[in-house]
Amino acid sequence: MLRKLRILMACVSFLLVTLLFLDFTGTIHLWFGWLAKIQFLPALLAVNVGVMVGLILLTLLFGRIYCSVICPLGILQDIFSWFAGKSKRFRFQFKPEKTVLRYGFLVVFVVLLLVGCGQIAAFLAPYSAFGRIVSTLLSPIYLLGNNALAYLAERAESYAFYRVDIWFKSVTMFLTATFTLLLVGILAWRSGRVYCNTVCPVGTILGFFSRFSLWKPTINTEKCNGCGLCARNCKSSCINPATHRIDTSRCVACFDCLETCRQHAIEWKIGGKPRTENITENITENVETTVETVARRGFLMAVTLTALQAGRASAQNSGQKTENNSGNNAGNLSEQKSSGTKMPAHSTSKTDGGLAEIIDKVSPRRVTPITPPGSEGIRHLARHCTACQLCVTVCPNQVLRPSKNGKIFQMPEMSYERGYCRPECVRCSQVCPTGAIQLLDVATKSATHIGQAVWVRESCVVMTDHVNCGNCERHCPTKAIQMIPSDPKNPDSLKIPAIDPARCIGCGACENLCPVRPVSAIYVEGVERHHLE
Amino acid sequence: MNKPDKKNIHRRGFLKSAGGRTVAVSATVSATLSGAALTFPLTGCGSGNSESSSEFTPGPGPERLQTPIPTDQMTYRTHPRSGDRVSLLGYGCMRFPTKTKVKSATAPYEIDQEVVNELVDYAIAHGVNFFDTSPRYLRGHSERAIGQALSRYPRDKFFISTKLSNQAFYGYDEAVQMYQNSFRDLQVDYFDYYLAHAVGTFDAFQKRYVQNGVLKFMMNERKAGRIRHLGWSFHGQKEFFDYMLSPELKIDGESPNWDFVLIQANYFDWNTATGRTNVNASYLYDKLEKLGIPVMIMEPLLGGQLAKPNFKALALMKQAEPEASCASWAFRFIGSFPNVLTVLSGMTYMEHLQDNLRTFCPMKPLSDAEHEVLRQVTDTMSEFQGINCTQCQYCMPCPYGIDIPEVFAHYNRCLNEGNFPSDPASENYKRARRAFLIGYDRRVPKLRQANHCISCSLCEKECPQFIKIGNEMKKIDNFVENLKQERGKAGL
Repeated sequence: MLRKLRILMACVSFLLVTLLFLDFTGTIHLWFGWLAKIQFLPALLAVNVGVMVGLILLTLLFGRIYCSVICPLGILQDIFSWFAGKSKRFRFQFKPEKTVLRYGFLVVFVVLLLVGCGQIAAFLAPYSAFGRIVSTLLSPIYLLGNNALAYLAERAESYAFYRVDIWFKSVTMFLTATFTLLLVGILAWRSGRVYCNTVCPVGTILGFFSRFSLWKPTINTEKCNGCGLCARNCKSSCINPATHRIDTSRCVACFDCLETCRQHAIEWKIGGKPRTENITENITENVETTVETVARRGFLMAVTLTALQAGRASAQNSGQKTENNSGNNAGNLSEQKSSGTKMPAHSTSKTDGGLAEIIDKVSPRRVTPITPPGSEGIRHLARHCTACQLCVTVCPNQVLRPSKNGKIFQMPEMSYERGYCRPECVRCSQVCPTGAIQLLDVATKSATHIGQAVWVRESCVVMTDHVNCGNCERHCPTKAIQMIPSDPKNPDSLKIPAIDPARCIGCGACENLCPVRPVSAIYVEGVERHHLE
Repeated sequence: MNKPDKKNIHRRGFLKSAGGRTVAVSATVSATLSGAALTFPLTGCGSGNSESSSEFTPGPGPERLQTPIPTDQMTYRTHPRSGDRVSLLGYGCMRFPTKTKVKSATAPYEIDQEVVNELVDYAIAHGVNFFDTSPRYLRGHSERAIGQALSRYPRDKFFISTKLSNQAFYGYDEAVQMYQNSFRDLQVDYFDYYLAHAVGTFDAFQKRYVQNGVLKFMMNERKAGRIRHLGWSFHGQKEFFDYMLSPELKIDGESPNWDFVLIQANYFDWNTATGRTNVNASYLYDKLEKLGIPVMIMEPLLGGQLAKPNFKALALMKQAEPEASCASWAFRFIGSFPNVLTVLSGMTYMEHLQDNLRTFCPMKPLSDAEHEVLRQVTDTMSEFQGINCTQCQYCMPCPYGIDIPEVFAHYNRCLNEGNFPSDPASENYKRARRAFLIGYDRRVPKLRQANHCISCSLCEKECPQFIKIGNEMKKIDNFVENLKQERGKAGL
């Protein structure tokens, strides 16, 4: 019964959290956005005391219900494990706790957070790892489905669905997500919840509390016939049939054992002795069977660590790259060709009809990355964001994408090739569960200086094509741009933009709507710290 | 309470009325109700955006559809100078069907020659003998297409009319080259009718035809017999129109002695010159009639708008004559004027052609009572606030990638269909807003929408309707911006 309830709740929560990362319209967020906000690490980073206390209380009362029902990565592992169990039943066995690794990872994680390397710590965070997997690997399929519906809707003259752009946001993100999925998937396939009980910092913290949980599974030695079936079916490998003890710090309260035991010897009840297990004793007992597994597991851990190192290294590399390039910025821009479109030959062969080809925009190289309004700048973002990609999913203007910048690696960064940060939208700030992007109202957002527009004289269409333009001025929501004569001596000469830095907020309307392609003749440079205009 | 309601109804009705103009272009399901005659207007100015849309036009009632179309009843007009017997319905070759279904910058563009041949065969079988084209139409494919279709007929079975479309250059050699290319593409060795294309201002006319000696050349060609009638198509100012017909205009002391003039005229334009030119169509016609110069008509349906007018107008016409299509009213109006030599209609579909043939085989002049009906119809239309784009594609391609006719068409279409989110307080607003914005993205790729228009105004000198394209784009952009931000009242 308890197990069925757990499975039901897990399915519902898993489905909804997954949808949070797929639904680009933001509708699911209106109703179930709280599912992201009750995740442990986001709540911790957002200093959401209520949720923290609630989760710890929950664990103190019932054990790691969180890991079974709320954490999407945990449920994902259960799914893998369940499929693995189809082909090979009763494949687990008791293994002792890897205390050193477990707390080692926790310490590393905490230290990384404290020294401001949240972007590396984020690799270990379960909820955001899940977010990266879904938003990178599953979301394109979801969007394809949406576009198929939009196609049909269009034919039916219905406006129920609309087409969205599907684009590849980041190679590194794709690799990270794939790697995480493979790692977690393989571990879960082979050894159940080993990730949760060895690597996951949240698992370790909650495990610390669940040791003392009020309700816990207990083996009734009077009924137990010592068959060991429970241990062979325990995905956390935390039941020691020899001693009749269950390591509640690793038990994720899945209640599988309650149903597995044919003697009904395992009960979930108040009390039971706190865990007093002697690890060395267990090891000697199981030494023969575990040696092999330990070695294998050690290998996997090593792989994980190497990967983390690699991630850090690449993060730093990309950071350096950005800085190196910044010096050449002006030079690069001036090399850009001004014409944004390829015209069919004009002049004498001009005929009526047809369309000019439009070249895709590419991002200018920005010295400082632009971070979304509400994130207060790079430092705040780096300290609070877990890179879960929720904001990237819901951004309706294709502005946000995972950053390649080392300081905010995989955290949201803005760029304006596909759209700009529209004045009526504050969606990223509404969905952010960690407080990395703080909730803003539309007015505050439109007054938050997140970047600074820069005009590039050499490529401006007014200078190169000698035509009237002013599209940047026309679309500037804060009226930070005015048009001035290009020839100071001739007030009737073609007008060029003059930017008022005090009014510019860096929304990118000018950059996005600039006719010059591939690199706009007016672009936004990020600022380290946002401030209100 | 009453007031706003009234206003709404008004606007919607009006929207409907507006619709006609859009429809021509849009792939609307509904289009075919009223008259198979959605003739996409004429040469010269019509819309033929055939590449993007196939459209059903409201057809005539079933009774009308079942009666056979006579093959020997076409109304003809005789040219007073040459004695040419010209069918009153002329075929405009600006809106032929294309094989390209998807509009894109890179897709190959190909006219559906097989269908063109069918249309031409059918037209000729029913008495049409006048075909009007230009080197610029259909991205330069029109002359070849009609040339190929007509090459299967003896040369004396049809009259061909084409133009010197030198809007983009002033050179003499280039002009002569264009003239000669037309012979090659049309597969003929003389032109029955040859026009100076879309002249409207003194300055441009001087540069294109006078200073470079091109008009002199054309007059000499007429003397040599390779041009049988010399004329011009007019989009412009009254003063210039008068100048063209005055004795002042002399080339080397010789008057061009125009054989005909092609003007835009229909029952809506007749006494309403606003927006397009500063002169009513009635003035143009009267003046030409007085001078004894035969008149060719373009835009008899005003870019298809008159084929699908607003519901009040439709009711008025159907009440008077239930079986007639709305388009037939427009044709009969303009065809009733005796000095009209031919009325050009750019027919994309067989249904257009058939409905028009029913109108012209033979054409019955409008009675006084019917004139009165059209006066009432015109009254219902004067409220129209849409953009007067006839989808002629002269402005295209925009060097900055904007799809100008489609942007206008979407706007007009939403007006027409009542999907027009003008007042946030109205019930319909939310639905209409969604339909407008999603429909906009569906119809016009984001990068080709109004917000990317930089108002360089290069297109404006191409527009025969004198639409201030830059300004209209700004207005539409503001409108869309207001919708997106749900900011206050969103009307233009």
